Amino acid sequence: MTDAALPSTAQTAGAAILADDGIPLKQKLARTTRQLKWRAFLLTLPLVLFLIVSFVLPIGQMLFRSVHNPTAGKVLPNFTVSIQNWDEQGLPDEAVFEGFVKDIQDAAQKREIGRTVGNLATRINYEIPGTRSLFTSSARKLKRVKEGPYKEALLKTNKKWDNPAIWRALKRATRDFTPAFYLAAVDRKYDDEGRIVQAEELYQIYIGNFGKTLWLSTIITFCCFLLAFPVSYLLSVLPLRTSNLLMILVLLPFWTSLLVRTTAWIAILQTEGIINDILVFIGLVADDGRIQMIYNRTGTVISMVHILLPFMILPLYSVMKTIPPSYMRAARSLGANPFTAFRRVYFPQTLPGIAAGTLLVFILSIGFYITPALVGGEDGILISNLIAYHIQKSLNWSLGAALGAILLVAVLVLYWIYNKLVGIERLSFG
Amino acid sequence: MKLSTLLKTTVAGVGLAFASSMAQAGDITVVSWGGAYTKSQIEAYHKPWIAKTGNGIKSEDYNGGTAEIKAQVEAGNVTWDIVDVELSDAVRACDEGLLETIDHSTLPAGADGTAATDDFIEGTLHDCAVANIVWSTIFAYDSSKIADGPTTMADFFDLKKYPGKRGLRKGPKANLEMALIADGVPAKDVYEVLNTPEGIDRAFKKLDTIKDSVVWWEAGAQPPQLLADGEVAMTTAYNGRIFNAVAGEGKPFEIVWDGQIWDLDLWVIPKGAKNKELALDFLKFSTSTEALAAQASWISYGPARKSSSSLVGKYHNKDIDMGPQMPTAPDNLKNAVQNDFNFWADNQDQLNERFNAWLAG
Repeated sequence: MTDAALPSTAQTAGAAILADDGIPLKQKLARTTRQLKWRAFLLTLPLVLFLIVSFVLPIGQMLFRSVHNPTAGKVLPNFTVSIQNWDEQGLPDEAVFEGFVKDIQDAAQKREIGRTVGNLATRINYEIPGTRSLFTSSARKLKRVKEGPYKEALLKTNKKWDNPAIWRALKRATRDFTPAFYLAAVDRKYDDEGRIVQAEELYQIYIGNFGKTLWLSTIITFCCFLLAFPVSYLLSVLPLRTSNLLMILVLLPFWTSLLVRTTAWIAILQTEGIINDILVFIGLVADDGRIQMIYNRTGTVISMVHILLPFMILPLYSVMKTIPPSYMRAARSLGANPFTAFRRVYFPQTLPGIAAGTLLVFILSIGFYITPALVGGEDGILISNLIAYHIQKSLNWSLGAALGAILLVAVLVLYWIYNKLVGIERLSFG
Repeated sequence: MKLSTLLKTTVAGVGLAFASSMAQAGDITVVSWGGAYTKSQIEAYHKPWIAKTGNGIKSEDYNGGTAEIKAQVEAGNVTWDIVDVELSDAVRACDEGLLETIDHSTLPAGADGTAATDDFIEGTLHDCAVANIVWSTIFAYDSSKIADGPTTMADFFDLKKYPGKRGLRKGPKANLEMALIADGVPAKDVYEVLNTPEGIDRAFKKLDTIKDSVVWWEAGAQPPQLLADGEVAMTTAYNGRIFNAVAGEGKPFEIVWDGQIWDLDLWVIPKGAKNKELALDFLKFSTSTEALAAQASWISYGPARKSSSSLVGKYHNKDIDMGPQMPTAPDNLKNAVQNDFNFWADNQDQLNERFNAWLAG
């Protein structure tokens, strides 16, 4: 409704039009549209709730867990207060020791989940490896200690308590929010003095694995692109009957279970597998010189390229299908040779599809889990496998969460760079 | 459908599902390591207990570790009632408050009348755990393929004398100890050496010498399979698995006891287990003198009670004396190490990390 369409309203500006029940028309319209909007929103409510429950909350919890570890504060409430005044030189004074011993005795007696001496020992063991039994064994011996001096009593249980580094680590751990797990996730740690230093070379694992994950994902994405481009082109130019048949060949593996496709690759690539058997049969390799193609990086790359290929083909195909063949003919008739016509007319129009395909394949591959776990062996595992290790085996959930958060940030950064370079609005998933 | 009706039906449906799961209250979930080992427990513990009490047992397999127990206890939804775990895991989970404590005075006395606390071998009773068996990590080979077989741990690491792939459990536990023994450290000094940074370096250096020839296994059922398929020339394994492949399937495998690393398996009850009382009853039943002795006729793991040893006889369907097959038989203990749970509780996080970095490097 515009003023130009209703000149009479313009003249009576100020006096609102009333509906027959005396309510201004504008207000009534707003009310109706609001109702419609709410109804539309209600329809999306299940999805919104689902996303919050299954996506926002877990990720939020993961991010929170990666920095929040209140174990020490929970196990040692009195100590947490009294240690804060310690100047980190020598040993803390008797009052601090009294709080510590009483907290430990209390925790050992109650055995509440998440606030036991064992939980504290695990937490400090991350900071100073090898101290776990110091806590648990001293806790057992401290049961008999009824009165001070507590410092003497504790040192009597084990002389290792004489080490200021332990008390500095304990003081650091009493802070509920800690960057320690992010440090561990990038192969850093606190040294005895509380400075951040690099972990010893023999214990460095994560940075190298992040690098490997990115590198392998790049290779996989590039291989997918090289294989998918001609296939998609063929699909888009062939007559419908033939292209449908070809499309089924693309989709059939896509619809097959991931596990089946991965195990199929094991059957094909293993040292006693089909390819090696053929190579031995035709005499290309000796029987004892069979090629190791699986349980290493090669296996991971080959099977992941195969599994992710449809994610490249489908967006490419959907974009290529919309490019009229007449454009190429026009370019040719205007004097371009086939290569120039392809490079300057056809290829630029496929960019949205390439963008979508590479983004999809790359992001899927840096978080891929099952395939590298099955065919990666020791060398071909990706960062997701290390995250799974900390969630399922070592039970260092905070470190697993920190690794996951770094992976998440890496994806967001890539997405941002991508948006700058290609522009997300040009993305086309078909 | 109105939202309220939808909600009502959903609630009713969930309630129904709940009720049906509650209906099997007489069943307990017993979790163990699968394969021949679980089979021995089913024959010696489950079947007699079911026959005696009329309750049911749901048997589940797992690969060790305390991850599932921790997840269940922290989520407040404990579906496992009783779990067979390694000693270091039992102690650690107990320290972290994930397990029910067990009053040792309620355990039945031995068949000869000895009180339980005296009848169990020293170190097999813990605050939250009661041991059932002594098991061991040994190495084994296929005698039909290697004629003049290896006899010492050093042979396992000797690729020149015995070429071929080696199977090892994927993880530092037991491997580091074996590497040191192979490198000439006497069994009794292994943990003393391992407790120093140089000792750990030395163990990894020894592992380096065979790294390229190693096939890593994770589940206890894998090593006999690896041997049978000829994928490896020798492999470390749990002794009972190799014994069962020999006794049960007639495989020509030989166990080398030199440098064996023995350990305990214990029953634990996760904190808040739904059928705690029944689980406790099962625990008492299955660690009785008779049940432990009966298990020894199905698999070559040593009973944790002294009173059971005299009852250990022959393999259940063959004329094989089980006594000499046990890790605790004097002949087998000549150069043996008991797994030091304190060392592993202290160092496993760090050593796992180093082991993973070593594997990937």
